[in-house]
Amino acid sequence: MKFLEKIVHKHEPKFAKGGKLEKWNPIFESFITLAFTPAITTKKGSHIRDGVDLKRTMMMVILALVPCLLFGIYNTGHYELVAELGDRSLPYLDQFWSKVGAGAFVVLPLVVVSYGVGLTVEFIFGFINGHSLHEGFLVSGMLIPLVMPADVPLWMVGVATVFAVVIGKEIFGGTGMNIVNVALTARAFLFFAYPTSMSGDNVWMAGKEVDGFTGSTALGDLASFTTDKMVVAGDDTIKQTGEAVLAAFENSYSMMDSFFGMIPGSVGETSVIACLAGAVLLIFTGVGSLRIMLSFAIGGFVGGLLMNALGTNPYMDLPAAHHLLIGGFAFGAVFMATDPVTASQTATGKIIYGFLGGLIAILIRVLNPAYPEGVMLSILFMNVMAPIIDHYVVQANIKRRLKRLKTA
Amino acid sequence: MSKSIKLKKGLDIRLVGEAKAVKSKLAAPTIVSVKPSDFHNMTPKMVVKEGESVKAGSILFHDKYKESIKFASPISGIVKAIVRGEKRRIMEVLVESDGQQAFESGSTGKISEMSVEQVKETMLASGLWPFLNQRPIDVIADPENAPKAIFVSAFSSAPLAPDYNFLLQGKGDEFQAGLDALGKLTSGKVHLTLNSDGASDEVFKNAKGVEINKISGMHPGGNVGTQIHHIDPINKGEFVWTVNAQDVVIIGRYFLTGKYDARKVIALTGSEINDPQYFEIISGINVREILSDKISSDNVRVISGNVLTGNKIDQDGYIGFYHNEVTVIPEGDHLKFVATKGWMSPGFDKFSNSRTFPTWILPKSKKFRLDTNTNGEERAFVMTGELERVFPFDILPMHLVKAAITDDIDGMENLGIYEVAPEDFALCEYVCTSKIDIQDKIRQGLDLIASECM
Repeated sequence: MKFLEKIVHKHEPKFAKGGKLEKWNPIFESFITLAFTPAITTKKGSHIRDGVDLKRTMMMVILALVPCLLFGIYNTGHYELVAELGDRSLPYLDQFWSKVGAGAFVVLPLVVVSYGVGLTVEFIFGFINGHSLHEGFLVSGMLIPLVMPADVPLWMVGVATVFAVVIGKEIFGGTGMNIVNVALTARAFLFFAYPTSMSGDNVWMAGKEVDGFTGSTALGDLASFTTDKMVVAGDDTIKQTGEAVLAAFENSYSMMDSFFGMIPGSVGETSVIACLAGAVLLIFTGVGSLRIMLSFAIGGFVGGLLMNALGTNPYMDLPAAHHLLIGGFAFGAVFMATDPVTASQTATGKIIYGFLGGLIAILIRVLNPAYPEGVMLSILFMNVMAPIIDHYVVQANIKRRLKRLKTA
Repeated sequence: MSKSIKLKKGLDIRLVGEAKAVKSKLAAPTIVSVKPSDFHNMTPKMVVKEGESVKAGSILFHDKYKESIKFASPISGIVKAIVRGEKRRIMEVLVESDGQQAFESGSTGKISEMSVEQVKETMLASGLWPFLNQRPIDVIADPENAPKAIFVSAFSSAPLAPDYNFLLQGKGDEFQAGLDALGKLTSGKVHLTLNSDGASDEVFKNAKGVEINKISGMHPGGNVGTQIHHIDPINKGEFVWTVNAQDVVIIGRYFLTGKYDARKVIALTGSEINDPQYFEIISGINVREILSDKISSDNVRVISGNVLTGNKIDQDGYIGFYHNEVTVIPEGDHLKFVATKGWMSPGFDKFSNSRTFPTWILPKSKKFRLDTNTNGEERAFVMTGELERVFPFDILPMHLVKAAITDDIDGMENLGIYEVAPEDFALCEYVCTSKIDIQDKIRQGLDLIASECM
């Protein structure tokens, strides 16, 4: 790699202070730091530093997202074919490669648009502020396509990404300064700005409309249980008892299917097992917080039990464990709630934050059928609340230390 | 009541180049330096002029604002130069040896018969006082304050730290005399904290008139800051003084002989040193005298002190007043290609506290050759929880650092700024993913507190 180094050294002076391309330095730096760890040395204090940096950390998150991405491609391909053939009973593993192809054809453009638009915006801000590209978007750029419905128009993804990066992050000062999760901001933007494209019957089965064939998600169906018109997987003929609809629901979105992710949904969020694989890597490397993931799941489970205890409609009777397997709950717990910038920063705070996040996700989901997106809304809400939780944890620490003064 | 403490948090950074237990005696130094910059926030006022002849123990300068705090010459000779930097700030006072090592004759008596004031006067007048450090703020102790306790650590847990058992071997009498003198300075206790994970020399075990505590666990267990926090924490308005064990010996020596005899043993360590070992030197010597032909590579950094808290010096720079070692590590001022040495590499050559690198898989006996590269660029704080893992205090490190960065005086006071010194944050700085100079931020926070609240 000496020759690359030579090229860098040759062109460096042009971009340095006083060079003729000085103002392009942030862009130059951004590319250099992708290829090399810069030659920055310590000045005083600790003369040696840990090998880990933000790029390494972000790389771990992207690696953790790979199972979700791969599974998402396949799952999208599957429902693409289902919609095309109008055949819900298409076996999941049939026509493997054509599904992969179809899925990749839908998902990869989403990834390209998300990264392309997002990085462009980041470069512009870096250029204006005179700093090189910060790493935060490397993860956001992967998360955004994974939380999008498969057939969302690409321009919407682009608009949402611009909104998320500018309003969600850069106006606060960039990576590390944002208040709410960037990827969820993108999704929330579309959710409220273009509701018909984000939820409802028409979006969830990727691809072409077939006469009389509509798809929806587990959450959409469940939301209908609180109304008079109960629907399971496009079939609105079941108008009997609660048990019957739940049985029909179990038939369409069995726990096993939900666990493996063979249900319709946003691109990358359906498979709990893929999320768990990512979770293992995040927890092991210490990049993701086990405290948040676990307390989030417990919060959700408690929420489910609470609903079971009330049990005034079939939705409330859905088994608590099933709640954790659908509607992107696992994906939210592993990849969204654990974002260290927007989550609580204290150890105790993380537990409270996670628990409330999970609990509120279920409450929103079940009690407010207008917003089946419980997980997204609850994480955004808890992002805003996290500083308050931290405040009280810090106050507790301060009080404990003051008490020491009195007893001494 | 003596305490036994077990630390669960911390980090032992395993570096190549630990000093072997061999001691060489150096020939008398030709030149020594006393650097006012070793004493934080101290403005010197010269007492001697260039060309004046001095003895070992003669006062060279004193603190401009606290004139009773004086600084002595470690050797006899003539004042060769007063090196000034920007704005005529005094950087170094160089004393050239006359080869005699004649001592200024000090007056002293039996410590047990001396009054508190007499001990204090003796230490101030003889130039021993700067060995006393004060917390909060981490500066030279203010003689006006009454410390509630004095802490001496019997070991250092820093990477490549010298073995204090070896440094103090056979100096029991001097050490004890030093402790006795310290005992006079406080109405509280003198705490001596031993390492319960390893053996301690007789010098420490037989110390009298002190509270002997034990501490076990990883670095920073040997730091006085950690020990103070767990044994007798500082609250607002209280003062604790700390002294390095080897400096206690120099203090004791003065009380036994009446001579300011700043001989000490230092370790020469680091991956770029052939045959790392110990040297008996006089405080303030030029490191050239011990480094001669021992450096094994070209592009190196010489550090007076340890790799976590020391100062960068030149290859013909002078060893710092408080330092017990000189460390030489490779400079990291070159680009590192991502896939082989950078953030995408497997990283078997990196010592990381995070499991994103395979340090955890390597055997505990594997030692590392780390350079001064920051391994990444500075960013805003992103990761949480990583500082807490290496910070064995009931203090929220990240919040305290943020309060220091934002000049939030109330926040700093509440979050425990009075208990900490920059060195307590050395490991936090090491592990920080965002490469923030945390020790520097804490130092700035302490300076603000010193100017606003003390």
